[in-house]
This record gives sequence, structure tokens and C-alpha cells, in this order.
Amino acid sequence: MTADARAAEAVTSHGTTPAMLAVEGLVVGYSGAPVIDGMQLRLPPGQVVALLGANGAGKTTLLRTVSGLVAPRSGRVRLDGEDVTQTTVEDRARRGLAQVPEGHSIVTELTVDENLHLGGLWRLPGTKARRAAVDEMYQTFEPLARRRASLGHQLSGGERQMLALARALIARPRVLLLDEPSLGLAPRVVAQLFAILRDAAERTGLTVLLAEQNVTSALSIADRGVVVSLGAIVADAPAEKIAADPALRHAYLGF
Amino acid sequence: MDRLAFLLATGLARGLVIALFALSLVIIWRAARIVNFAQAAMATVAVYVAYAVVTWTGSYWLALVAAVVTGMLVGFAVERWLIRRVPRDNPLPGMIVAIGLVMILHSVIGILFGPRHVPMRAPFSREPLYVGDVAVLSPYDLFVLLLALGIVVALAVLFNRTTLGLQLRAAATAPEVSRLLGIRVPRMVTIGWMLSSAVAAVAVLLLIPTELGLNAHSADILFVHAFTVAVLGGLDSPVGAIVGGVAVGVLITLVTGFLGAGMAPIAVLALLTLVLLVRPGGIFAVKEARAA
Amino acid sequence: MTIKNLSRIQKIALRGIGLAAVAVAVTFVLSPYQNYQLAFVAAVFCATAGLTLLIGLTGQLSLGHAVLMAAGGYGYALVAGPMSAAGIGGPLPLLAGLLGALALAGVVGGLLGLAGARLKGPYLAGLTLALVIALPAFTSQIPGLGGDQGMRVPFVGVPDGLRPLVGVEQWHAWIAVVIALLAVTPLAIIRTGRTGMRMRAVHGDEVAAKLAGVSPARVKTGAFVVGALSAGLGGAVLAVLTQNVSPGAYDLNFSLLLLVAVVVGGLGSLVGAAVGAFLVVLLPWLIDTATGAMGLSTELEQRLSGDLVVLVFGALLVLVTIVWPGGLSNALSGRFSSLVDRFRPRVDQPAPQSLTER
Repeated sequence: MTADARAAEAVTSHGTTPAMLAVEGLVVGYSGAPVIDGMQLRLPPGQVVALLGANGAGKTTLLRTVSGLVAPRSGRVRLDGEDVTQTTVEDRARRGLAQVPEGHSIVTELTVDENLHLGGLWRLPGTKARRAAVDEMYQTFEPLARRRASLGHQLSGGERQMLALARALIARPRVLLLDEPSLGLAPRVVAQLFAILRDAAERTGLTVLLAEQNVTSALSIADRGVVVSLGAIVADAPAEKIAADPALRHAYLGF
Repeated sequence: MDRLAFLLATGLARGLVIALFALSLVIIWRAARIVNFAQAAMATVAVYVAYAVVTWTGSYWLALVAAVVTGMLVGFAVERWLIRRVPRDNPLPGMIVAIGLVMILHSVIGILFGPRHVPMRAPFSREPLYVGDVAVLSPYDLFVLLLALGIVVALAVLFNRTTLGLQLRAAATAPEVSRLLGIRVPRMVTIGWMLSSAVAAVAVLLLIPTELGLNAHSADILFVHAFTVAVLGGLDSPVGAIVGGVAVGVLITLVTGFLGAGMAPIAVLALLTLVLLVRPGGIFAVKEARAA
Repeated sequence: MTIKNLSRIQKIALRGIGLAAVAVAVTFVLSPYQNYQLAFVAAVFCATAGLTLLIGLTGQLSLGHAVLMAAGGYGYALVAGPMSAAGIGGPLPLLAGLLGALALAGVVGGLLGLAGARLKGPYLAGLTLALVIALPAFTSQIPGLGGDQGMRVPFVGVPDGLRPLVGVEQWHAWIAVVIALLAVTPLAIIRTGRTGMRMRAVHGDEVAAKLAGVSPARVKTGAFVVGALSAGLGGAVLAVLTQNVSPGAYDLNFSLLLLVAVVVGGLGSLVGAAVGAFLVVLLPWLIDTATGAMGLSTELEQRLSGDLVVLVFGALLVLVTIVWPGGLSNALSGRFSSLVDRFRPRVDQPAPQSLTER
């Protein structure tokens, strides 16, 4: 699929095209005002979507609800058409829904190698298949290869985020959710990570939902941008359009 | 000198039993962030079953298997039906429930079997063997040593070389990330409790022939010693548990041998206080003291 | 100190004196054995009041509180014993003995507090556990403490003027009630005052407490010391009641009973500590009476004696922690509101997991 085709599809994505990931009428949050209030979102296969919005807009909650860490008050989450709302976090992971949560996203008491093996545990049965996949990841993420025996807590911030991404990709997920992967990283490292992400999406048809504060970087690799504010979607358009809309940027994205 | 060699050798065997029990505390701490104060009482229940088996069948080996299996079942039951219902936001309720469980198990054993110590025979002679003129280990001590070492090696392989071990370690230290990777964390916690209780049951089974006999309270001191060890080594460190276990075992045997049995609890308390004040997180702790 | 502050303290003191007066009045209608039990409850209350603040407010789990009571008992015996042996009569040995109890319990509590300030939950619990287990070793190794037999404590008789009016047990109950008043009133003042707030702050979040200028180490040590002083007074009362102090009386089981009392009564609540003290003194007696009345065989009765009580207390500890985390005092006061909740239409929503949006 070309970038243009994807962009076109993004605009019509509320139509009947089968979605790889869909949230329908999602309401999340306990007593009081919901954190997410009746959200509709459909991600066609292979699309990279940047989820944008200020702190507290509901980005993290949306991702955690999709992955199952937070139970919604009402609404549905569908993975490749299948309703997974009632399934556990573990089940969704085993069905190919990967999430890289914000911050402490690696197992710091395991080595790099063990972390990667952990990533392939369910989707790649057999030690041989996992070993091969891990070695493949070391080629993509060269800095990790040199640190394969290091413990997670010995890694730098950039290396940790790289490991988290590699571990998510190793399982060949169908949908990847990322929460603020650029947080605290040097611009050079961010560019490197995002390039790998874009490349993985192109090669494997991975569907990505990327929550980011770093709007420019996120939109540069995304097909489509979705802006949320106070738990609702306020804009949904091709990435270039969002990037080029000064009013939107000013009102919701703070630059 | 001869006496020292004998004490060191028996201290080693005794220390490995303490190390095993301490290891069981470490396993449960790592899996569930709980210091299981009921560990000794739970293990004692398993050893009563083992005692029944050895009385009926006359086979020590069947009794050993029974201790392991019952240990696992008790661990499963306690985790699923009790600990899982305890509020987890701070460590206090878990500790209090464990202490309540100790009281329940002790009293039920007391009501069922009375206060007397049931003698339990060792499967091998407890007469020391001689190397030249020097008395060293008894065959039973040797058996304890080998079995304890075997279990330690088996656990090391399980945790470091198998995918189950990888999942157990991940689930223990990073539950949320583990769930996101598809690991069934609650199941791993249950498995941790089962493993831990089984190891503790074996430790108590090995201990009983060297003590007065089997009684509701016969493993209480073992718990205190093993806890001391777990603290020495840091509750997170399996290696610390083994090294510390041997050290405490040797210390207790030496103090008992040279200064009298009355001094042993004071020596343990002094060691514990010293370590806790110098390194509150244990000797093998990683940097900061463990927040619990 | 502001006037408002003073009136709070006065209120607490007045309430305490009122309750003590009621207790003293009650002693006139009780039998001698019941008066002995009342005195015992007062002694235990001294210890549970301090323990409930220690666990409930600062979150420090001490399994060795019986040792602090024992320290009080030994402190009392070490001072009062020689004095009455030297022929000093009247109230002097009692008063000096109480000072001795405070001193020894305070020192032990201070040492534990220093440890507690450095240790997190399970480590402190384990250290105090080891201390209880080591108590008999201490008393047999240190000369002058009488080994396993313990020390004799001089008899405190009824003053001549009162002799026609009150019996020995009643007099002891009075002493116990007054000492409990002196021990618990300061705790009540601390609990509701600024220090109590600091304790809660340290339990809630040590880092935040530090940022607010509270020193967790000092607060935790302080909580241990005040708890120890009060427990020491309780130990002194027990020494007077039983005319003896020995390590066997302050074993792990007794420590655990104190824990049961504060958990079942409701952690952090002084009313709960009082309810718990009644419970751990009266329930064993009730159970023994009940099993005695059931006409069981002597063998069965022997087996049940002691163990059945431990079983009931263990079950209470588990049940209360899981079912009513606030303890009995809270469960009773919360009963009405939970009834209301039951009939309120419920919004069906799953338990929220950590729902944090950054």
C-alpha cells in the first residue's frame, strides 16, 4: 500500500473496511468524569497512527484499555474484528497485541538476551525459532548485540527503549501500542528508533498506535494523526494535514 | 582441633538445611513480595503427612515424595484461598494473615496430635564416620548435604535454564510488563508458592531426625534461623540464602559446641542486628535497601 | 501551645479520668476473680495501646511487643525487689518500681526503635521475632534475672486505711486502672495531635513526609519509645498482679496475642486496643469455661485447652484482615453505612487497576 492510499483510507476509515484494531463507544474511568468518553477509533491493517494530545488527555488510558490493563466502563475493543473486551491482558498479548508501556518497560533484573527471549515466548514456539528471531533482532538493533549479557538495569535510557521495542517486535505482533517511546531520549536516538519502527511497519504490515508528546517526530513517520483532548477525539486526519494545521497545533499540541 | 573439624562438618550439614529453608523464603519473596511467616507451620503439616506415610509403608523415600507433594498442595491452597484475597497495597495485611495462619496450623496440629514430640528415624545412621582418628560427618549428614545440594542445583537449573524459570523471574520482578508479554502472572505466583512450600517441607523433613522429634513447633527455630539468613543475604538473593545458610549453620554449631546451647539464640540475634544495622538490605542486596 | 490545643488535651484527659473512674466504680460489683481479670485487661491495654499506634499509624510490625512488657516487669522487679527487701514499705517501692519499668522498657524500646527506623516491614518483624525467641536465653545468661524461674516481685498490699473497704484484687485493679490511665492518656494526646499526623505521614509516604520536613527516622523511633514506655508500665502491672516476672510468660504466643488484639480491635484505634485487650483476656477464659461445661473426656479437654483459643485467635486474625480490614471497632461503626450501600443502586464497573494518566 502506498502512502497516498493509506492516507486516503485514513480519511474513510470510519467506513466498512475491516479494521485491525477498533475501539467502539469506549468509556473509561471510575466515579466522576470519565477519562475516556465514548471514543470511536479504527485502525486499518498496516497503518501507523500517531496519538497526540496534551498531558491528561487520555492517551495512556486509551492504550492501557486497549491492551487490557484497564477495564472500560462500557464499549468494545476489537482485534482483527474479534471482540477482545472480556479477555485478559495475557490473552491479548498472545493474540498478537503488543504494548510498550511508558518508562519501566523492560525487566531490569533479566539480561538483554533473556528479555528478548521473553518477547518471543508465545508467538514463536520452539527454542530454535526464538534463538533465530533474537539473532535477527541483534542485527536490526546493533547496540543491543554488544550488551546481550548485560542486565536490564545496566542499560542506558536509549538502550532500554531499544530493547523494549525489539522485544515487542520479536513476537511479530499484529498491533503494536507504544506509549511515549521518545521520552527522555536524545533526538538522534529518537530518529533511529522511529526509523526502525517505520521500517518494521512497512516490511511486516504491522499496525501501530503511537502515543507521543514529540509531535513532529511522531507525525514524520505516521500515516495518520489522531488528536485527543479530555478523553475525546478532536481531530483525525492524514499526518501531513495535522502537521500543517496551525490552529490545531496551537490549540491542542502546544507548539 | 578434632572437635573443631567435627563441628565444622556437622555445621555444614545443618547449615544446608537452613539454607534450603531460607531459599524457600527467597523464592516466595521474589514471587509474591511476602515474607511468609507461615512457612514453617505449612512445612510441618507436610512433614506430618510424610510421617504418616513412613509409618504406614515403612519407606522413607515414599515419605520424601509425600512431603514434596503435600508441600506443593499446601502452598497452592494457601496462595489460592488465602493470600490472594489479602489486600496488596501494603505488606502489612499479608504478614498479619500469615501469622494468623501460623496460629491456626499450630493449634490444629496440637489438637490433632497433642503436644508430644513424635520421634522420626533417620534413613541412615547418625553415628559419625571417622577419617583417621577424627570424627567428621555421619552418613545421615552426608545424605542431607547431598540432597540439599541436589535441590539447590535443580532449582538453579529450573530458574536459569528453562522457559518456566524465565517466566517466574520476569513475573516476580515486573508483573505488569510480564502480563503485557503474555505471561500468566497469577499462575506464576501460585507456582512460586508451590515450589517454595515443597522446598521448605523437604528442609523440615531433613531437620526432624536431628531434633527432639516432630511437633507443631519443631520448625519454629528453623524459621527464625532461615529468616536471619534471608536477611543476611537479602531476601532477593538465592546465592545469599545459600552462603548465609551455611554461615549461620556453622555459627550456631560452633557457639553451641563451645559456649553452650543457651548462647545460640543470642548469637543469632547479635548477627542479625549487626547485619541489619550495617546493611539494612542484606549483604548481597543491590544498592538500596529493599522497599517492602 | 495554643488555647485550642490545650482544650484538646484537657478533653482527652477528662475523658480518660472519667473512664478510669467508671472502671474503679465497677470494681465494687465485681468478684475478686473478675477484678483480677479487669486488672489484667488494663495491663494488656497499656501494651496494645502503644502497639496499635506503632502498627496502625507508622506501619511498623513488631512481633516482639511482649519483650517490651517483660522489660517493664524486670525493670520493676529489679528496683522494687531490693527496696522491699531492705524493709522500705508503703507506696515507695511501687512508685520507684514503675520508674524502673519505664527506664528499662524505654531503653529496650529505644534500641528497637533505632533498628525500626532503618528497617522496612518484614525485616523489622523478623528482628523482633528473633528477639522474642532469644528472651529466655537473655534471662538465663544475664546473672540476677533468675533464669527460667524468673524473679519474685514483692507483694503490694492494700493500705491500712482502706483494708476494711477493698480486697487485694480490687486494690490491684485500682492500681492497674490508674497506671493504664497514666500510660494511655499521653498516647491519646499524641495520636490526635501533630505527632500523630507525622506518624501517619511517615506510613503513607516516607519521601513525601521527608519533603514536608518530617524526619521518618525520628518519628519511627519515637513511636517505638512511647509504645515501649506504655508497654513497660503494663508489664509492671502484670508483675504486681502475679508477683513474678519470668521469660515463659512473655513468649511468642503472648506477643502474637497482643497483635491479635490490635488487629481485631482495629489498627490505629485506641478504642480498638481496649476492645482487643478485653478480647484476649476474656475469650480464653470463656472458651475454657465452655469446653469445661460441655462434659468432654479429659483427654479431649486437655488437647483443646490452649490450642482451641489459639485456633480461634488465628482465625480471627485472618478473617478480620480479609473481611473487615478496619477491625471490629470500624466494622461495627460501619455496619449502618454498609447496609445503606447494599440497597443503593450499583453502577456496574470493574475494579479499577492503576489508572494513571501522565
